[in-house]
Amino acid sequence: MTKQTNGFIKTTLDNGLTVLVKEMHAAPVASFWIWYRVGSRNEHTGITGISHWVEHMLFKGTPQFPKGAADKAIAREGGTFNGLTWYDFTTYFATLPASRIELALRIEADRMCNALFDPDEVAAERTVIISERQGAENDPEFLLGEELLAAAFRVHPYGVETLGHMCDLETMTREQLYTHYRTYYAPNNALAVAVGDLDADQMLQMIRRYFEAIPAGPPIPPVTAVEPPQKGERRVTYEGEGNVAYLQVAFRAPSVHHPDFFALIVLSAVLSGASGLAFFGGGLTNHSSRLYKALVATELAADVSGSLAPTVDPFLYGISATVRPGHTLAEVEEALERELERAIAEPITQEELTKAIKQAKAQFAYSSESVTGKALWLGYSEIFADYTWFENYIANLSGVTVEDVQRVAQTVLKRSNRTTGWYVPTNHA
Amino acid sequence: MSIPGPDDITRQELSNGIVILVRENHTSPSVVVSGLVHVGAADERPEQAGLAAFTAAALMRGTARRTFAQIYEELESVGASAGISTGTYSTGFAGKSLAEDLPLVLDILSDALRHPTFPPDEIEKLRGEILTDLEERAHDTARMAALTFHELAYPAGHPYARSLSGYIETVSRITRDDLAAFYSGRYGPAGMIVVVVGAVKTDEVLAQVEAAFGDWAGPTGERAPLPDVPRIAEARERFVPIPGKTQSDIVLGYPGPPRTDPAFLDAAVCNTVLGVFGMMGRLGEKVRDEQGLAYYAYSRVDGGPGPGPWRVIAGVNPANVARAIASIRAEIARICEEPVGEQELADNKAFLTGSLPLRLETNEGVAQVILDMERYSLGLDYLQRYTGLIEAITAEQVQAAAQRWLDPDAYALAIAGPPA
Repeated sequence: MTKQTNGFIKTTLDNGLTVLVKEMHAAPVASFWIWYRVGSRNEHTGITGISHWVEHMLFKGTPQFPKGAADKAIAREGGTFNGLTWYDFTTYFATLPASRIELALRIEADRMCNALFDPDEVAAERTVIISERQGAENDPEFLLGEELLAAAFRVHPYGVETLGHMCDLETMTREQLYTHYRTYYAPNNALAVAVGDLDADQMLQMIRRYFEAIPAGPPIPPVTAVEPPQKGERRVTYEGEGNVAYLQVAFRAPSVHHPDFFALIVLSAVLSGASGLAFFGGGLTNHSSRLYKALVATELAADVSGSLAPTVDPFLYGISATVRPGHTLAEVEEALERELERAIAEPITQEELTKAIKQAKAQFAYSSESVTGKALWLGYSEIFADYTWFENYIANLSGVTVEDVQRVAQTVLKRSNRTTGWYVPTNHA
Repeated sequence: MSIPGPDDITRQELSNGIVILVRENHTSPSVVVSGLVHVGAADERPEQAGLAAFTAAALMRGTARRTFAQIYEELESVGASAGISTGTYSTGFAGKSLAEDLPLVLDILSDALRHPTFPPDEIEKLRGEILTDLEERAHDTARMAALTFHELAYPAGHPYARSLSGYIETVSRITRDDLAAFYSGRYGPAGMIVVVVGAVKTDEVLAQVEAAFGDWAGPTGERAPLPDVPRIAEARERFVPIPGKTQSDIVLGYPGPPRTDPAFLDAAVCNTVLGVFGMMGRLGEKVRDEQGLAYYAYSRVDGGPGPGPWRVIAGVNPANVARAIASIRAEIARICEEPVGEQELADNKAFLTGSLPLRLETNEGVAQVILDMERYSLGLDYLQRYTGLIEAITAEQVQAAAQRWLDPDAYALAIAGPPA
């Protein structure tokens, strides 16, 4: 079924490929994305990190585009080109001058089925993948975050970082990688998104031309894991190098399909600032948020931030703070606790609600300014819901009441729904 | 969309020396402000390293009309942002908001730049945040390699030799009076640039900026240009041990061309070949792709108002540091010794010219390039000439740029990571 309004098309090809096309004529550029519904959510012990490694291998050549050829072809046309793996998805995109966008379709249709996974290239990439993980391990906040995730999820694969465990990166085989690729890279597990200075009908025709002949694959193995409800606070401590302590707290969040998710977006903006919603990002400070005032303005912490990500299965609302030397993790946690109790005990003010909605409107406008940003949100929202989630975002937020926010604070912020992590530095300055 | 140029950029100079540049873009309801004032770390004494950055950060901590809390309440309530941060030779400011909120952003930037009060309690909070950051830096391999590279590549006392954010010892000693004195002696409208790009009306913006800054008077003293630096004559290496880390960071480089050097674009093409094109250029191909030594290995030529760095940056397993450095030096030798092939040169030039529409897609991108046009006297028609300038560059010019600034045997090399 094809839905078409105003330069926008959503349809599904016979082979199961979902297609979204959106015209944007502000600049002579276009962005093309292929999204696969596979990420660390589809992994298990032994093959953690495999989706991310497969993503790397898709840059290592096909018969038509030998290693490096696709990168160079895109660069020659003045484009940018990259891949990204996360819990729920693996995505590849190119943004190009609009007249060159066909090149991106040619590359993506080709590597949907023809990536080589040359054993020598797999071996060379193993050290790159390990190096990427080692780089991440240099950061104390990554190390603590990984422990926190593992404690927050004991059943669901969200408990493992997308980079995977080092032991799996050291031992995974070419055959495992290739099997993963052949299992999940198929049109029936993918969506194509094109946004930019293009004609929607012509773009759909071009997508058909490149992708319609690719046969559907077998059904995708379902993810059956369901994380049981959390019944009590969990705590983790990581003792590591450095001279600064970090506090991270994660709360189990409602599903993105539940209306409470929108109340939680407002709550997180009030507590930790508006830039916490994953992939909105975008330069907003949070110095007028409650936690900044309680932790940073009081000189207990050097900074505080929040994070909330829409995901396929229920995930987390996270808060992180950097403890100022001279203060302790316990002091920062105590100050945080007071603010959480306040949010549970009293409704937020109408002014705070109005502010959160205005912030969201501005962020929404900023996120739709570039073809790349617009394509990211269209595709990402299809992964965890559908594009109407993005289109209705402001309307849904505007329906939130202060009572909703308090009710969500009472269920989400309570101690028994919380995992608390301390990074304890071993070399004090 | 046309390429921004003299036809659609309005440039106006105020009597106090401020240059305003406006370009309308009505495709989205937002606006960005970007600009600079002529004060930076070059104006601080080495023993006060970090003073300029501390001062710039303090401007938003309280003004004659607003407390710190009020500044951010007003900005964040409308989803706007504004910030001021210092560089070596200038201090930049930036803001972003929905178009309807531009007057607020301009008012807050004007308030901060013209009427800061340096409240003592806020200064101490800020000092604590800077010191925490410097403690974190001491355990950050990438930042320690970058800092150490600057110390090696530039002569002692050169502004590029020291850290912009300073050091624990220097920042601890800076007083509120130092900040206030640095501010009143250095901040003023002379040479200030304000760029506004977005869903606005040019006439209204010109009036708003003039209202915000037109009656600003301040120091107008001439500043010395950033001193030139000698070429590095030998290999200078320093290792910064940070026990417990799993990756080492490498910075290998040189003092490079100022943005105004006539050969800057030659160097930019050369750098694209070396460590940008496709997946990190030749460096990415050798160090990451063929040898699997690193997750990243790329190069950057900063340009800027003085002889800013031209450097290779790589993150590698501690066991592979020597191999990665050998490989980086081999690529530098190759680009100095052999002219870039015809096809490779054509590809790299196509990337630099073809990527222009992407760089100009957002208001931020356009504002940045307009700021550079004014700051480096490139001319408002720079983008219209840009493709011709790049296409005229020859393999000989690229090689000459490599030979002038790079050397496989004489370089500054900083490595930060776990001891062997």
